[in-house]
Amino acid sequence: MLGMLTKRLMLALPSLVGVVIVTFLLTRALPGDPAAYFAGPAATTEAVEQIRVKLGLDKPLIVQFGRYVSDLARGDLGQSLTTGQPVAQELRTRLPASAELTLLGLIVSMMIAVPLGIMAATRPGSLIDHACRVVTTAGVSLPVFFTGLILVYVFYYLLGWAPAPLGRLDVFANPPPTVTGFYLIDSLVAGDGEVFWASLKQLFLPALTLGIFSLAPIARMTRASMLAVLASDFVRTARASGLSPYTVVVTYAFRNAMIPVVTTLGMVFSFLLGANVLVEKVFAWPGIGSFAVEALIASDFAPLQGFVLTMAILYVALNLVIDILYGLIDPRVRLDA
Amino acid sequence: MTDTTAAPSSPSAPPRPSGLAALVRHGRYVIAENKVTGFAFGLFIAIVLAALIGPYVVPYDPLASDTAAALKGPSLAHWFGTDQLGRDVFSRVIVATRLDFFIAIASVALVFLMGGLAGVAAGFFGGWTDRIVGRIADTIMAFPLFVLAMGIVAALGNTVENIVIATAIVNFPLYARVARAEANVRRDAGFVLAARLSGNSEARIVLAHILPNIMPIMIVQMSLTMGYAILNAAGLSFIGLGVRPPTAEWGIMVAEGAAFMVSGEWWIAFFPGAALMIAVFCFNLLGDGLRDIVDPQRRT
Repeated sequence: MLGMLTKRLMLALPSLVGVVIVTFLLTRALPGDPAAYFAGPAATTEAVEQIRVKLGLDKPLIVQFGRYVSDLARGDLGQSLTTGQPVAQELRTRLPASAELTLLGLIVSMMIAVPLGIMAATRPGSLIDHACRVVTTAGVSLPVFFTGLILVYVFYYLLGWAPAPLGRLDVFANPPPTVTGFYLIDSLVAGDGEVFWASLKQLFLPALTLGIFSLAPIARMTRASMLAVLASDFVRTARASGLSPYTVVVTYAFRNAMIPVVTTLGMVFSFLLGANVLVEKVFAWPGIGSFAVEALIASDFAPLQGFVLTMAILYVALNLVIDILYGLIDPRVRLDA
Repeated sequence: MTDTTAAPSSPSAPPRPSGLAALVRHGRYVIAENKVTGFAFGLFIAIVLAALIGPYVVPYDPLASDTAAALKGPSLAHWFGTDQLGRDVFSRVIVATRLDFFIAIASVALVFLMGGLAGVAAGFFGGWTDRIVGRIADTIMAFPLFVLAMGIVAALGNTVENIVIATAIVNFPLYARVARAEANVRRDAGFVLAARLSGNSEARIVLAHILPNIMPIMIVQMSLTMGYAILNAAGLSFIGLGVRPPTAEWGIMVAEGAAFMVSGEWWIAFFPGAALMIAVFCFNLLGDGLRDIVDPQRRT
């Protein structure tokens, strides 16, 4: 197991190097003079010159890259022009909000998509199979910001069930004392049922939006791989040996069918992390996505660069976790490593 | 349908006519069998028409504001209602088709050129070319795609052209991989050996012999990614990148209408959002249909 872990870590290394190089090149590709860009529009020529020396932009590209990497190693992502705060700190305080939302969105979509895919595969041609096909085709066509707005209109304006789409808690509630940064967990730790309920209400619509968005690939993959597994010899043998349909589907087929589904999770995460930005904008969610959007509007590049880098590192890490999960589900992968 | 299926093969060197005829026949059969693809094709024609002649037939100027008629719901005069400046939402939705369609087509064409050629070269030559193309594709795949697109547009500058470029770059790995796999299987095919024996240069073999052969698969890939390209571009303009107000574009129109959703003026964001959804839905269905024609084995 340890050998597999090190091997996977080594495989993730080139991706990380590529990510760092690309984010570095992105700043250097800024139109015009990066020093003038970082100094802001009101800066004088001397100020721009100072910034140039301070940022080391007068040095050759390779030296600049060295500086960038050593700054990164110290966790320094530069400063935000608009708030004056270090980008790394800002990202750290906002990350739990995004993570809580994304994970809950994934849980919602798994809870719907996996049973749907299994039911569609066990009853091909039935009503539920057709429903599954409609959901998977429609799901990939829905712009995630549009779904979010429709849900807001229906559940907030028309029905009044959901709270206003303005952040993680309404203005009168106090956030729970920070333990993990996840309000749902923190409020439970603090034993505050009221805050738990309030933050769950706020989370529900954005998480559902993300869930609907990522439903399609998971359901489609579950259905396809269940169909393939159910047609295989060992399932036929299990059936012929008189095992109950439940045992055959859940114990025998399901575990094998999950392997390709876990692989698709990598792609799903790529979409989810991107969609997260849009959903955060719709629901005024104070996560790293809306931080990046605010920075974009203010032409503040350092936060955006930090955001792209954080997202990419998260994504590489998630893929690593998926690889490890893959090994847990399928012992054959472990033997190969 | 005939035109769409015939188009890919016609610009290249003369293909076998019998193969083309067979493809058209098969296409007709699929359309007749699969009503959904026919329906999607009808929608596609409507979208193309809206993009071509939309700006000349809409009832109102998409940019003309009329504050007296602001925020009115759908009515006979304004089918889709009016927005906060009194602009006609219907006219704006139709006029926006051209820009959104252009962004999708342009980015798909660009990524076909970049990813398709790089992938074919990687699959055909192997070795270092393959390693470099593979490394580039892997690096792009290491990012969540929408996030990378945001970074690219922010770095290159906030314009529509850069949205096209960013959308093309994030789709690069998909195209490069498909083209690589397809070129790789054909690398030692009889027709390649024959072309080489008759004195064709390697570059000519790639461009005139391999590329036309993988065109059908690439066309399918293009129509499958068109929907994603539109979604990606609309998402970027939703967060304020690329297209600027008062330009009519679906993503930015949804963004402008978003604030009115909570106060009940649903039509401002709903209609452009629905147009976007229908366009993406149409491209996805069409892509699936085309794939059934070109590659029936991958049918799901």
